[in-house]
Amino acid sequence: MTRGIVSIAGYVPYRRLQRSAVAAVFGTGGGKGSRSVASHDEDTTTMGVEAARRALRASPGSAPTALWFATATPAYLDKTNATTVHAALHQPTDVAAFDFGGALRSGPGALRTALSGTGTTLVVMADLRDGLPTSADESAGGDGAAAVLVGDDGPGTPVIAEYLGGASVSDEFLDRWRTVGDRRSRTWEERFGETRYVPLGAEAWQAALKAAGVTAEDVDKVAVCGMHGRAAKSVARALGVGDGALADDLSSTVGQTGSAHAGLVLASMLEQASPGQVVAVVSLADGADVLVLRTTAALADWSAAEPVADQIAAGADLPYGKFLSWRGMVTPEPPRRPEPQRVSSSAAWRNEEWKFGFVGSQDRTSGAVHLPPSRVSMVGGAVDDMTPIDRADADATIATYTIDRLAYSPSPPIVFAVVDFDGGGRFPVELTDVDPSTVDIGDRVAMTFRRLFTADGIHDYFWKARPVRTPTADTGRE
Amino acid sequence: MASHGIKDQVAIVGMGCTRFAEHWDKSLDDLIVDAAEETFASAGVSKDDVDAYWFGTAQSGMSGITLARPLQLEGKPVTRVENYCTTGSEALRNAAYAVASGAYDVAMALGAEKVKDSGYQGLNAFPIPNDGTARTLTAAAMFSMVAPAYGKKYGVSEDELTEVLARISWKNHQNGARNPRAQFRKEVSVETICASPRVAGRLGVFDCAGVADGAAAAIVVRAEDAHRYTDKPLYIKALSFAAGSGSGLIDPEYDYTWFPECATAAKDAYAQAGITDPLHQLAMAEVHDCFTPTELVLMEDLGFAPRGSAWKEVLAGTFDRTGQLPVNPDGGLKSFGHPVGASGLRMFFETFLQLRGEATPERQIDTDRTLALTHNLGGYPGEMVSFVSVVGTELG
Repeated sequence: MTRGIVSIAGYVPYRRLQRSAVAAVFGTGGGKGSRSVASHDEDTTTMGVEAARRALRASPGSAPTALWFATATPAYLDKTNATTVHAALHQPTDVAAFDFGGALRSGPGALRTALSGTGTTLVVMADLRDGLPTSADESAGGDGAAAVLVGDDGPGTPVIAEYLGGASVSDEFLDRWRTVGDRRSRTWEERFGETRYVPLGAEAWQAALKAAGVTAEDVDKVAVCGMHGRAAKSVARALGVGDGALADDLSSTVGQTGSAHAGLVLASMLEQASPGQVVAVVSLADGADVLVLRTTAALADWSAAEPVADQIAAGADLPYGKFLSWRGMVTPEPPRRPEPQRVSSSAAWRNEEWKFGFVGSQDRTSGAVHLPPSRVSMVGGAVDDMTPIDRADADATIATYTIDRLAYSPSPPIVFAVVDFDGGGRFPVELTDVDPSTVDIGDRVAMTFRRLFTADGIHDYFWKARPVRTPTADTGRE
Repeated sequence: MASHGIKDQVAIVGMGCTRFAEHWDKSLDDLIVDAAEETFASAGVSKDDVDAYWFGTAQSGMSGITLARPLQLEGKPVTRVENYCTTGSEALRNAAYAVASGAYDVAMALGAEKVKDSGYQGLNAFPIPNDGTARTLTAAAMFSMVAPAYGKKYGVSEDELTEVLARISWKNHQNGARNPRAQFRKEVSVETICASPRVAGRLGVFDCAGVADGAAAAIVVRAEDAHRYTDKPLYIKALSFAAGSGSGLIDPEYDYTWFPECATAAKDAYAQAGITDPLHQLAMAEVHDCFTPTELVLMEDLGFAPRGSAWKEVLAGTFDRTGQLPVNPDGGLKSFGHPVGASGLRMFFETFLQLRGEATPERQIDTDRTLALTHNLGGYPGEMVSFVSVVGTELG
């Protein structure tokens, strides 16, 4: 039976830090190009949700039996983050939700395990990477997520990239580490790690090619990723692939997104691939993991919900000071308003479909849409005669808006709009990923899953609206 | 649906009101005692003569004991009421109905709020445990959505609208400057108002009500008993209240250019009082000018100007203290200040002074009309409670 990738998506947050902005402030650090920056209201869970929504949207009718969430920077410990993703995607309760946490390698590890396993698994990978101001990690890192729907080829849910084979090699050495509670990662002398990764990468590469039954010359596209930039370049040079086969590893635009990066570059490559091509990804983290796939004829009928290239092109720069404050490296004066209180666990659970899934109710008789859901209709007064209506994937139009300079926000001011959904329903909602000066009545918005605030260690997840941006990039499919 | 009203059945025979201010040196108890003592003296009664009490506070205290303790009331029925910013009006409405029912002969309504002990600017709602999906906007932001919607619907340019809103603020500051009990007692030029720092949307600091501590109270009795207490009673002609369903927030038909709850309450109040032409029948009106666009829209919801025309009347001075229908002659929320639970009763206090000719001479309205209106709202556009009353000096 053919097993492989049924759908895939990357998520690149809207904001960019130009690396040159670092040296402009500190006189040192930074570099060339840009890195992606998660908004103050995003974490690995919300970015994972955004990637997963895009992957599922590109494969209507797919039904995962398991949801795996892998990150090195989880929003919660002890509590499973995958269940939040599960709720935001409104998956049925019998879909297993597991976290693969802690190590950078958990992302590629989860993906390879799904590809060599059984069932239909949605593998969600996300990471937030930074370091102390001026550090290499601050500049080289990036924020992002990827979601890969893995399963067997089936009617309605064809495999777009068959898993030909892979390999993993492991070794115990200290190149990069972070103890629990540490704000930043630490690294050993760069040269030592390179001497370990280069042979490990070569070993895994040869083993994977053998398992896949292909030669290096057969590989049409391959990307090497890893937080050790020098090692990744050295490994790439030694792969023995043909001219033009080395894919953009996104390090100059997005940065290395840690445990998400293998998925992100794979999404980027598959979005630009043609049927019948061999595509591979090499990931260096405490060893090396290699996946080799061949795109199928079904790829021609598949299209990404929002290609990575479009997301990269749509980014907007963020001042370095905002970046530092969003990452908690500096603390600006907060608004002089009381901080929000923690969310009630029981109230959140009762309203799970609304809070996490953005599901309202629609009166069967009048058709009136209620956001949040209501038992009694605002039109005609029918009681308990509503059907659920999912508004998370409906776009909306701004009816009116305002900018609140006084209300509490982790990053004031709050931009707020009353939006009318295509297909019915109105909701007053906070806007995000937006420049306040460009908002206007009639603008189009889409819903996005965000973290509103954190109080008493409880993250308040809910939905905001973000401007719909017209793609400007050529998706570049060959 | 019946709304019979209690026209001419109940009279206000005594009132008191503290200055509204940032009373750093006064506690809630101090404000309560000051307002109550002035009110008892105004009606010529003692606390023991009052049969029942209604105490309005939005969030300065809980239960009737918050009033009974500072006044040391012994075994009296004291009810605490809360209804957003209409809390003070609601206290009086309930006290008046209790007297009209015959249950009590003499009742007091007292509203008080101590907002300046929070350490924050503006008003901050008492948090109720919730699922974390509710809006966290300020009232200023919610009301700021009214002005652009109004301008767009009626073809009023941004510059014209800025002038109209500044004119409302300017007028209320003019009135407050002449009122010894007001929070802000300075005239403010239109230029200063327009140049003030933005708070939300296009609203600046001078578009927003003053935030103050304060208390106000009234004593009500049956109309036939009124002259035992005063020669100049104020008869209650209408008390109307409407709570919205909140559907305006999620109803795509709602356009943010009016407040349906206020129009509903006004219509009911005019029916109770027998008013057909408020602009020409009322001597004055106190309205809930929490933000300048609110006052603009209320001029239409209350029937003082046809839809889409209030902005012209504002510029023409129709609602100035010397205009055709003085609105907020005491300075309104803008200049008199807004201690939430006290504001509704403060509005009655101004009608009490003006209709009895007891305002200080430089601000006394010159009129032979005998009716006055108070309007009090709470909540936000789309999700609002609204109160309208009419009082008058003559029976019939």
